[in-house]
Amino acid sequence: MLDRPFRAQPAKAVVAPAARPQFPFSAIVGQDEMKTALLIAAVDPSVGGVLAIGDRGTGKSTAVRALAGLLPAQKAVAGCAYGCDAGRPDPCCPSCAQLGVRPGPSVSRSVPVVDLPLGATEDRVVGALDLEKALTLGEKAFEPGLLARANRGFLYIDEVNLLEDHLVDLLLDVAASGENVVEREGLSIRHPARFVLIGSGNPEEGELRPQLLDRFGLCVEVRTPADVKTRVEVVKRRDAFERDRDGFCAYWATEDAKVRRRIERARKRIDAIATPESLLETIARLCLAVGSDGLRGELTVMRATRALAALSGAMVVTEAHIRQIAAPALRHRLRRNPLDDSGSTSRVERAVAEAFG
Amino acid sequence: MSRRSASVLAPHLQMGCESETAGPTFARQSSANPPTTVWTGAVAAVALLAIDPPGLGGLRVRGAAGPARDRLLSIFRTLLPDGAPFRKLPLGVSDGRLLGGLDLAATLASGRSVLERGLLAETDGGALVIPSAERIDAGLAGRLAGAIDNGVLALQRDGFASHLPARFSIFACDEALQDEQPPPAVLTERLGLVISLSGVGRHDLEVAAPRPDEIAAARAQLSSVALDDEALAALGQAAIELGVVGVRPLMFAAAAARASAALAGRKKVSAEDLALAGRLVLGPRATQAPARAQDREPEHDADQEEGPPPADGQSHDEAAEQDGNRREMAETVLQAAAAVLPRGLLDAAGAPPPMSKARSAPGRAGAAHGSKQRGRPIGSRPGAPDNGARLDLIDTLRAAAPWQGIRRRAAPTVATSPRVLVRREDFRIKRLKEKRRTVTIFAVDASGSAALHRLAEAKGAVELLLAQSYIRRDEVALVAFRGSGAEIVLPPTRSLARARRALTGLPGGGGTPLASGLDAAAALVGHACRRGDQPTLVVLTDGAANVARDGAGGRKRAQDDATAAARALGALGARAVLIDVSPRPQERARDLAEAMSARYVALPSADAAQMARAIGAGR
Repeated sequence: MLDRPFRAQPAKAVVAPAARPQFPFSAIVGQDEMKTALLIAAVDPSVGGVLAIGDRGTGKSTAVRALAGLLPAQKAVAGCAYGCDAGRPDPCCPSCAQLGVRPGPSVSRSVPVVDLPLGATEDRVVGALDLEKALTLGEKAFEPGLLARANRGFLYIDEVNLLEDHLVDLLLDVAASGENVVEREGLSIRHPARFVLIGSGNPEEGELRPQLLDRFGLCVEVRTPADVKTRVEVVKRRDAFERDRDGFCAYWATEDAKVRRRIERARKRIDAIATPESLLETIARLCLAVGSDGLRGELTVMRATRALAALSGAMVVTEAHIRQIAAPALRHRLRRNPLDDSGSTSRVERAVAEAFG
Repeated sequence: MSRRSASVLAPHLQMGCESETAGPTFARQSSANPPTTVWTGAVAAVALLAIDPPGLGGLRVRGAAGPARDRLLSIFRTLLPDGAPFRKLPLGVSDGRLLGGLDLAATLASGRSVLERGLLAETDGGALVIPSAERIDAGLAGRLAGAIDNGVLALQRDGFASHLPARFSIFACDEALQDEQPPPAVLTERLGLVISLSGVGRHDLEVAAPRPDEIAAARAQLSSVALDDEALAALGQAAIELGVVGVRPLMFAAAAARASAALAGRKKVSAEDLALAGRLVLGPRATQAPARAQDREPEHDADQEEGPPPADGQSHDEAAEQDGNRREMAETVLQAAAAVLPRGLLDAAGAPPPMSKARSAPGRAGAAHGSKQRGRPIGSRPGAPDNGARLDLIDTLRAAAPWQGIRRRAAPTVATSPRVLVRREDFRIKRLKEKRRTVTIFAVDASGSAALHRLAEAKGAVELLLAQSYIRRDEVALVAFRGSGAEIVLPPTRSLARARRALTGLPGGGGTPLASGLDAAAALVGHACRRGDQPTLVVLTDGAANVARDGAGGRKRAQDDATAAARALGALGARAVLIDVSPRPQERARDLAEAMSARYVALPSADAAQMARAIGAGR
């Protein structure tokens, strides 16, 4: 059937997303839990993504988009459609296999933060036949989708709870396996798709499927700031940004650079950070107490506390780190208890108090 | 569409809005006397929206369709820039039409992929009208929200990846009645301005409308209008006192105040502009009635102590004066907002508490769920048309289109080749969405302890709810418990007559087998869930049990049984309301409600109508 070997094409010519500067990360007022969670995901992607839920209009998507401007650049194999790591090319990557040369030349690229819009069709998410080539040349070529673009970066879904079921099904599989498989009429592609899943939304509009919920490592709750001063400050900064985007971003550039250096330093340090045996036991007890199923909760707490320690410049994980991470790492993993209607956060806090009791 | 052609379609539109220059302009008129009537407020709202579409997002117009709304819409249309697109959003719009995608006909004709722009991209630079905003589902609202937030439509469909500009303002007509589900919050929270048109008379409409040139001038002025910190803090203060959630409303309020100042030709936001922002943005979003001024004083002092010390060179008096200013301005905002507070906020005592967040997820009309055979089409997915699934012909052709060249080349010898080569992989089947039926299950305590006259009221309430359910095509079931056991008086039905008959014949008196009653209700709830329906349980009782599950007497055991039954009911996760019908609210009834995770409503002196309202709000 194939008249010539098909090769993966980088996503077709697009009108570039308006290259307007994004709101700077460090200019976001408050929302420390969310910001910390995003930084943790940036330091150690294996923590497994961040879900931000809560009040509307509290800057959830602003923070995610701001993160894109903050991340240190990464090295990728030149010409690889999936942006494989130049230092550690994926043996399964079809694009790298085609390039053949190894170790190949590398290029520096900014970490992809890819938006998955609600109305996306499956073919654009997983990748499909390259339309243009098929129609004009009658040639079968694979055009990578959003999952390919998000490889080694972030996949962001705003209003994630409104995402349609058939797209959720696709994500569940890929997010767990780190690999995207497309099989269709002679197209057979298997490519790496390891990304950090970021979601934001308001569960009041529809609950998230528990399986999807479980794919997120951390779950942060954002609330409207209660005092006038903070609210006014939020509006003022937003306003200043809208009026003069470049000036505003230049003003915050030094702060953003500091955060970027913090991420870089933490990444270097994280492998050397130890978690004392006694604390590992505490973590296990904590997860047992809240009834989180399987090892996912435990692993997330361990990894996230290490990343947090690395970010805060500590050499070992301490009790304080666990206290800080417990709620975001576990609040979405609680066993449903119809007889206890207190909030999930307070239930985790109760368990923390008992675990350290 | 140009303004000229607009006026051809709606000739009455010219009257008033293109008023002769000799008359007072709208801006001068409104700055002289700030909008006081519902109608002038509404006209001001469309003017502000036309001045700052990105800052305000849109307008939500509550109330029934009518000449007032039509007139408002046509005024709004005249205020848009010349040639600005003005489009209507059809309720059942498909993703392909809304967002865009592969243009099948053009693609097949030209042999290259042709992108068809969707409605949102086509509306760029103009306005989108949503005729029945309360009927759109959260998924559609979410797609709109994505475009509103970024001013850009992220298109990832049918092999196209592009970002198209989509900056538009929204005019959403919200015809939801008092007890109906409002439009999805994901949309309404992005519409800065909210007005209601109830009470507008015919003569009101004669008020002069702003002229397009005034709006254009104000638009040009907008960026030079100053909003000082004091004024912003006053808006923030008012927002907190009104219990407005989120920071976005505050941004909208600031934008509205600025646009108002620009319209009046002011360089600086004044108290009137703040008042207008309070009325159009903050007031309608209030979740609590603000405390009266004198009640607020002490809190206000504390707030001042918390604040930073006055800056150098600024005397304490000055700081105090500034604070007083802010207080005064906040008061102005609150007063303006008070005119438009949501109904029911002021008689808070009689109003039921807001629904608990966990339970509010599915819509009143029944959560939608996927279905293969019935319901409204919501798109397509790959799959074979078997097991009752329906083929989506257009999408199948769309999937097959790109492959035509390849397939023809692969099999060029087929002489009788059909015009389009369709393979099994191309099949797309329709995804349908079906509304779930709602079943309201009443469990009525008909025992002696629940006093017979209360039973009459309960019957009245049930009858009223029945009528409401009938309109919504919901089903109703009735369980009664008295004496030694419970009885399903009425299995789930839509028949109003049958339900009424069953109710009238319901006897009262005897012991209270609460546990049996709850068990019977739980059975009905479980049955409804298994059928795929969405049950709502309403329990009317005083919570005092004296007959155990096995029919034996004994208060202690009966109460324990009842609590256990309530727990089991709660574990089913159905929405539930417990109405305490005893003359004085009872602790045990409250405990019972908690055990079954139901909302507790005490109605010590309720009449049937009030009871029906309380239940309605809980669903």
